Amino acid sequence: MTTSSNTTAPALKLTPTPGQTIGPFYGYALPFEKGGELVNQAHLSAVRLHGVITDGNGAPIPDALLEIWQADEHGNVVSRDGSLVRDGYTFTGFGRVPVDNVGHYTFTTVNPGATEADKAPFIMLTVFARGLLNRLFTRIYLPEDTEALANDPLLASLDEDRRSTLIATREEDGSLLFNISLQGQDETVFLSYPRES
Amino acid sequence: MSTENAIQAAALDPAATADSQETINAEITDLHAAYRQTVLDGAAVETQPRINFAPYRSSLLRHPTKDLHHTDPETIELYAPAFGERDVHALESDLTIQHNGEPIGERIVVAGRVLDGDGRPVAGQLIEVWQANAAGRYIHKRDQHPAPIDPNFTGVGRAITGPNGEYKFTTIKPAPYPWKNHHNAWRPAHIHFSLFGTDFTQRMITQMYFPGDPLFSLDPIYQAITDADARDRLVATYDHSITSHEWATGYNWDIVLTGSNQTWMEDEEGEN
Repeated sequence: MTTSSNTTAPALKLTPTPGQTIGPFYGYALPFEKGGELVNQAHLSAVRLHGVITDGNGAPIPDALLEIWQADEHGNVVSRDGSLVRDGYTFTGFGRVPVDNVGHYTFTTVNPGATEADKAPFIMLTVFARGLLNRLFTRIYLPEDTEALANDPLLASLDEDRRSTLIATREEDGSLLFNISLQGQDETVFLSYPRES
Repeated sequence: MSTENAIQAAALDPAATADSQETINAEITDLHAAYRQTVLDGAAVETQPRINFAPYRSSLLRHPTKDLHHTDPETIELYAPAFGERDVHALESDLTIQHNGEPIGERIVVAGRVLDGDGRPVAGQLIEVWQANAAGRYIHKRDQHPAPIDPNFTGVGRAITGPNGEYKFTTIKPAPYPWKNHHNAWRPAHIHFSLFGTDFTQRMITQMYFPGDPLFSLDPIYQAITDADARDRLVATYDHSITSHEWATGYNWDIVLTGSNQTWMEDEEGEN
């Protein structure tokens, strides 16, 4: 995608409906069985993506809900139903998990491939929580392709300390660690997109 | 700024839930007046809630303080997950038939369409709802409000939108319920809605309210939408054409997502 930020998105015809907080009581509605398992743990390329979400005091947020959306390991964006009723084989690219009592989350997924040559691969993340009046979007970049990261237009537009909040850490066992800070010194960079209003 | 700090300091105090409704009302009034002045001075009309809205005390430590960083969507962000019949059974849109008996309360039908910012129907996409029962109680371990649980009502539904973006849920009208934001705080009756579009950047969770609720002006979550016209967009309309004879009253509520970036960015690619 070569579109640059000086192109102008067309105006909207309708005004979007406002968002509201997810609140605390979504427990029977939104989480679903194997919601965090984009692939089975036994999958040869399975990778754990995990981390902690914290508030402005650095305290864990125990009632957030997170969603990821990503390409498969070859960089293909798939369009397959079955996320809510996992068959254990079909990669749908979508996952949803509530965090645990100490604000920790885990997805089992694969490293997304680059969707275009030389692009830095990333996972899209959406954050919902009680106290958060509207959803937040961010990106989880893989740490390995340093050249692609250096050329990424979003990362290049950020200061070093802010940029690092979007790049996951690869742990010794191959897991990806990505902590989310809603507020404060290490606040995660959250994103807005064209055509939101 | 010092007032804001004082509000923040007070809110971090565990005793802050002793704030009166009058205190909350005064804060809301001030924030709304300041917003209207910015519009008079030429600022853009706000269409979404503030994420930093101190009268909603839980927002204080849970909102980013830095501006959202504007970015142009890349490939994955121009698409959305797919859902279909495999994911959702047709009966899941009726919240009144999930148990052995009929739930207590006023049976209602909520119907409408999901559109994108260009007015195009969002077809074949997932829509999820959850709500309190007719006594204002959720099925949830953290809901300790001493109102009765209804063994015939879980308050959870799902549907896949039709070819014109249409949806329809049969349910029970939820009641208001108390919460701990301040002393004697009550939420207006509402149904939570979760929505997907054609681009994942259109992902949204919101709440639908009922017309004429006397709790609107007292509720810091609803009033976090500073613009009156924007607040109205969350209120369903009573619709007698949805009401059915001797069965259920009907409400209409259409939902508009943000604009898709897929089409125009692809068109632009083609021109380059």
